[in-house]
Amino acid sequence: MIEVRNVSKSYRRDSLRVPVLNNITISVPDGEFLALMGPSGSGKTTLLNLIAGIDRPDDGSIEVNGTNVAALSESALAQWRANNVGFIFQFYNLLPVLTAFENVELPLLLTNLPKKKRREHVEAALTLVGLADRMGHYPKQLSGGQEQRVAIARALVTDPTVLVADEPTGDLDRVSAGEVMTLLDRLNKEFKKTIVMVTHDPRAAEKAHKVMHLDKGELT
Amino acid sequence: MFVLKLVIKNALRHKLRTLLTITGIAVAVMSFGFLRTVVTAWSYGVEASAANRMITRNAVSFIFPLPYSYRDQIARIPGISQITWANWFGGAYKDPADFKNFFPRMAIDPETYFLVYPELIVPPDQMKVFAQERNACIVGKKIADQHGFKIGDVITVEGDIYPGRWDFVVRAIYTGRDKSTDETQMFFHWKYLDERIRELQPGRDGQIGWYVFLATDASKMPAIAQTVDEQYVNSRAGTKTESEREFQQGFVSMSSAIIRSLEIVSFIIIGIILLVLANTIVMASRERTTEYAVLKTIGFSPGHIIGLIGGESLLIAALGGALGLVLTFPLAGAFAQMFPTFFPVFNVETVTIILAATVAAVAGVVAALFPTIRALRTSIAEGLRAIG
Ligand SMILES: Nc1ncnc2c1ncn2[C@@H]1O[C@H](COP(=O)(O)OP(=O)(O)O)[C@@H](O)[C@H]1O
Ligand SMILES: [Mg+2]
Repeated sequence: MIEVRNVSKSYRRDSLRVPVLNNITISVPDGEFLALMGPSGSGKTTLLNLIAGIDRPDDGSIEVNGTNVAALSESALAQWRANNVGFIFQFYNLLPVLTAFENVELPLLLTNLPKKKRREHVEAALTLVGLADRMGHYPKQLSGGQEQRVAIARALVTDPTVLVADEPTGDLDRVSAGEVMTLLDRLNKEFKKTIVMVTHDPRAAEKAHKVMHLDKGELT
Repeated sequence: MFVLKLVIKNALRHKLRTLLTITGIAVAVMSFGFLRTVVTAWSYGVEASAANRMITRNAVSFIFPLPYSYRDQIARIPGISQITWANWFGGAYKDPADFKNFFPRMAIDPETYFLVYPELIVPPDQMKVFAQERNACIVGKKIADQHGFKIGDVITVEGDIYPGRWDFVVRAIYTGRDKSTDETQMFFHWKYLDERIRELQPGRDGQIGWYVFLATDASKMPAIAQTVDEQYVNSRAGTKTESEREFQQGFVSMSSAIIRSLEIVSFIIIGIILLVLANTIVMASRERTTEYAVLKTIGFSPGHIIGLIGGESLLIAALGGALGLVLTFPLAGAFAQMFPTFFPVFNVETVTIILAATVAAVAGVVAALFPTIRALRTSIAEGLRAIG
């Protein structure tokens, strides 16, 4: 359960305060697949970052599965993210010097799983996204769609309850975008992941149970 | 473990850039090591001087002689234990343009000289032969090795200060007691010089280049110097007496401006090392802003980020430093071979190695400082935004 209550956020640009989110309240039940839509600059990424514990609100509270995220210390927050949230970015953000396998293994390096267990988890995650045969490939050797699927494997390898995705199909062709959306849909339905996804793409939003629109920092 | 692996992979990312940086650091560290070696070699002359040895020379200049009659007069002064003397002979051996052939040649008194210079070790049997033969000479081990001089060889020198052709027979080879002892000198009998010059240029005999003597109490040296010099203040040949250390320092300080500039350059090089490395690390970590943000998002700690940036900086500094140090030895060796008698002792000292390694290590830390602080201060949200 994600509870966003009366959250406001502004950024300081030079001496000016730029309000980005204005008194936002959302409630996302477990197992929900929520799409956030809205024009560029409306605050979608900012809201997603707040929910994922990457950023802190100026006002209001954010509770995820009973944890008041905004109140955690920096290191406790990092720990919490590692255990509870998986991240999917528009530009995949794989480390170019690591293979698909090593990229997916990254989050597991922070756990105390032995090497053998880590290998099992990584293989399972890559199999799930259909890339078991590409484990030794470097990001450069993969297509955009494949890179994004590796990124999804990395997001789910620790088995988090929440997945956040910021325009996961924004940089993909239509076929690859379709594959990624099918995968997210499956993760939601089969593996009961709560998904919050920012998107511009109406076709992507179709897969969501619920679509919310953000405009100038307010829900509409 | 993971951090180390990523550090190495990151360093290999722009192979050319990393290679150029390592090479740049290596060249700079090598230059640093070499310059420090020159500076150290230079100061050896001062270090090698004995604490209680004093030198009396002509007050006008080192190149004007003193009368032989001063010997007994000086020796009588209280506080002086052993006196000896020497003349600078100079002359040309083989091709004088070749630095190898430029080694000091001095006329000395065989009976007393080695008592005042106990750091010059001469085998007793060789010493005996040397003392008995009029035109015998002693050479230092270093020039004996360089020129292949053996006992019985004849060294022919074309005189300049003392004209004529001079043949000397090698009868002894001395070694240095200390590492800093000069093993590049050649000594022969002052008597031989004096007798021949009396025949060639009557009136130039009975002249001494400088007197050297030992003070029984080093703390009395200033008083002794004053007594000696006052004694000759109204003579035709006034004297200037000082401790050997002051004398050597006078020599060294003649060139101290050059040495000082070498020292300054060696410190400028430290700055260059830092800039070369910092340039690469700043660039590399700026390029990786998003990657650091992603790692932090996943849950990696500031410690990991410090390890990644600092590790890469230290790795490059260590490789460049090691390569530079390894190259310092052949460079110093080649230099020592080119100018074999220029510095009596020319070694890459352990302290130089430690200093150069420390410079590289400190550069590794400092170069990583600002990029690391920047990476830690950048919030995840900003870092992720860095590309789009
Ligand atoms: N770190 C930041 N500093 C200053 N302004 C920011 C920062 N992050 C976001 N903003 C501003 O906040 C607004 C909303 O940004 P964002 O949440 O990325 O919008 P969206 O994802 O909907 O395009 C934009 O005007 C953006 O320029
Ligand atoms: Mg956005």
